[in-house]
Amino acid sequence: MAATPTDTPPQAREIADAGSESGPETLTFAKALNAALADEMAADPTVVVFGEDVGPLGGVFRITDGLTARFGTDRCFDTPLAESGIMGMAVGMAMNGLRPVVEMQFDAFAYPAFEQVVSHVAKMSNRTKGKVKLPLVIRIPYAGGIGGVEHHSDSSEAYYAHTPGLTVVAPATVADAYTLLRDAIRLKDPVVFLEPKKLYWSKETVDLAVLRRAADEALRTGRQVPGGIGTAAVARTGTDATLVAYGPSVSTALAAAAAAEAEGRSLEVIDLRSIVPYDDAAVDASVRRTGRAVVISEAPGFASVASEIVARIQERCFHSLAAPVLRVTGFDVPYPAPKLEHWFLPGVDRILDAVDELQWEEPPGSGAGAGTSASEDPR
Amino acid sequence: MTISTGRTRQASFGAESGSGSTDALLPSDVPVQLLDAGGAARQDSRYAMPADDMLLDAYARLVAGRRINDQANALVRQGRLAVYPSSHGQEACQVAAAAVLQTQDWLFPTYRDSVAVMSRGVDPLQVLTLLRGDWHSGYDPYEHRVAPQATPLATQLLHAVGVAHAAKLKGEDTVVLALCGDGATSEGDFHEALNFAAVFHVPVVFFIQNNEYAISVPLKNQSVAPSLAHKAIGYGMPGERVDGNDVAALLSVLGAAVLRAREGGGPALVEAHTYRMQAHTNADDATRYRSAEEVQDWLPRDPLARTRSYLRGRGLLDDAREDELAAAAEALAAAMREGLNADVEPDPLALFEHVYTRRTPQLAEQSELLRGELQRDEEERDALVRNAAGDPDGTGNPADPGASR
Ligand SMILES: Cc1ncc(C[n+]2csc(CCOP(=O)(O)OP(=O)(O)O)c2C)c(N)n1
Repeated sequence: MAATPTDTPPQAREIADAGSESGPETLTFAKALNAALADEMAADPTVVVFGEDVGPLGGVFRITDGLTARFGTDRCFDTPLAESGIMGMAVGMAMNGLRPVVEMQFDAFAYPAFEQVVSHVAKMSNRTKGKVKLPLVIRIPYAGGIGGVEHHSDSSEAYYAHTPGLTVVAPATVADAYTLLRDAIRLKDPVVFLEPKKLYWSKETVDLAVLRRAADEALRTGRQVPGGIGTAAVARTGTDATLVAYGPSVSTALAAAAAAEAEGRSLEVIDLRSIVPYDDAAVDASVRRTGRAVVISEAPGFASVASEIVARIQERCFHSLAAPVLRVTGFDVPYPAPKLEHWFLPGVDRILDAVDELQWEEPPGSGAGAGTSASEDPR
Repeated sequence: MTISTGRTRQASFGAESGSGSTDALLPSDVPVQLLDAGGAARQDSRYAMPADDMLLDAYARLVAGRRINDQANALVRQGRLAVYPSSHGQEACQVAAAAVLQTQDWLFPTYRDSVAVMSRGVDPLQVLTLLRGDWHSGYDPYEHRVAPQATPLATQLLHAVGVAHAAKLKGEDTVVLALCGDGATSEGDFHEALNFAAVFHVPVVFFIQNNEYAISVPLKNQSVAPSLAHKAIGYGMPGERVDGNDVAALLSVLGAAVLRAREGGGPALVEAHTYRMQAHTNADDATRYRSAEEVQDWLPRDPLARTRSYLRGRGLLDDAREDELAAAAEALAAAMREGLNADVEPDPLALFEHVYTRRTPQLAEQSELLRGELQRDEEERDALVRNAAGDPDGTGNPADPGASR
């Protein structure tokens, strides 16, 4: 295998089902990730993909579908069943000039690799004064909402976000799945790439050719992919309050904003896109405009990313706030069994209830609890 | 440096290994020995005595290694090093690990392997940065192809496999030698590393320095395997046991394992039987878990004395050469002392370096906060100096008792 990164433009692509080369098309989140992997592997021969069942099977969620067939077993291969082994080997491979993209099969099964992630992946650059960079991506199918049995639905972002040296990304849209994954693979630093499982089968109409051109162009010029890691997006504009969310919670926040509109309240939704780096500027600008904020996340709220966001908003936007910033999160319990998960996950009603708590002088409609029926829960 | 000796025919690292025969994977019943405790040569049907110049070179490294260990211990007592895990007694393993590698090969050391790292050519002061406390790892791993010294046990073994796997994919002629202790063999990462190395058939040699203790825990509480080298067969790779105080045997056995890996034979496991003559670190009281008699028992097996006795017996070493080696080691120790006596003040703002390639806005803010604190400190110091000089307002004029401030 050739080992030097290449500047030559990506070759003609042959991704099954990825659609035509131009024009908008309907694409699943999973396919967008698959296309991002294939495009980066085509563009850069140092990109290698490995993990459990990622080879001929294409991963249990088929995100690596077709990669072994197309790029060979040196570039996309199955490993023995050992997460620390996968992670530790990736460290060495990155040290020696490759760009590993590893898959941890499920969120809670990444924990055996935690020692490698925290002690080595996150710290190698710092320990060696930047001499050893680890350009690797840890892809983790993550969070709940798919009726998985235990250990298949954890929201583990706080563990990673708390660890300096890790970049933590959680896309929420099909376009972002593609663009952020390509950007993550390009980054010289290690990235924990959290893929909300419940979004894998969600479809959107996107122009993949446009996204692809932008990513290819960035690759050629050595610049960051536009809309890449580190910038939050305004997923919906609004004037009365800001909902801050990321990954699996963005769609719930959007549904809540749509429901609120029917009640006469205009909610802005910020999609963080990356948790680390965290885009204070985008969140601050929105909250200063609206004066109210609710932070939404599936993870248990205690000592969580949501807690951190609330703290930052209170510290930085205090004088603009008309009410305390609230959190709507998962409860502080282990992720529940499938028949209980809808009680655990923050849904539209819970978000709207929190919005109602934001010390409005004149609550719209008939006041407290105004609102939504269970049927409006997006799940 | 190339080890041309030690290429062996059968048993562990011989031609039959990988043939599927379990015997070919099993270590010898007793550790391989080419020099007995008295320094007399011993025949081994599989491993040849290394060439004279190689042994002389190894002896020079041993003398230097012992002096480094002693000097580093002294520097701990003087407060110049925060801690030093000494390899006193294990120097033969240390120097052999470095000597069997070629320039393009990689060494993956632990905290105890400072002498191996220095023997590979890394500047002692850069090695001791970790233990002095001004930065975690003081050298550029790519310069001598030495990974940062690992503190979390056994984790580095997987990195070694990764480097070797990448080397194989890239078609590089690179062998990776990964070091660990006996205690580390109980960790999951040890198992995962051996298994990965064997499954991917990569050029890694795992080298266990079994020094009998993991801090206070003796080997018998760590493993009841016939030997640690026996673990290799479970992964389908050959294992070998070697007298860890016999530098000749180490050069020969490790050299054969490295050569085998270089020629595409895959990974191997070597266990050296040695002894940590001193405490785990200066923070440890070794008398709580082992007897003075036990330590005394190991004294006559000292790796330096043994090599010296052999070389003198062969007429390869004389007083003049020994004086030269002692003087060279002394100069090395003096340079270490001098280097460590200089007070290094790391730049506090370096805290924010090398965390992310693109500094996050949060780190930029925190860096500014610290910069402000440093500036205030400096202003206060300046003010103190000016006051002491009778020039409180910094105008260059002496203090004016009538001035308003
Ligand atoms: C994962 C991990 N657990 C515990 C420790 C604390 N610790 C440091 S050294 C040591 C003993 C290691 O013994 P061994 O592997 O035999 O190596 P030696 O120190 O004898 O060279 C322990 C328990 C550690 N460094 N890493």
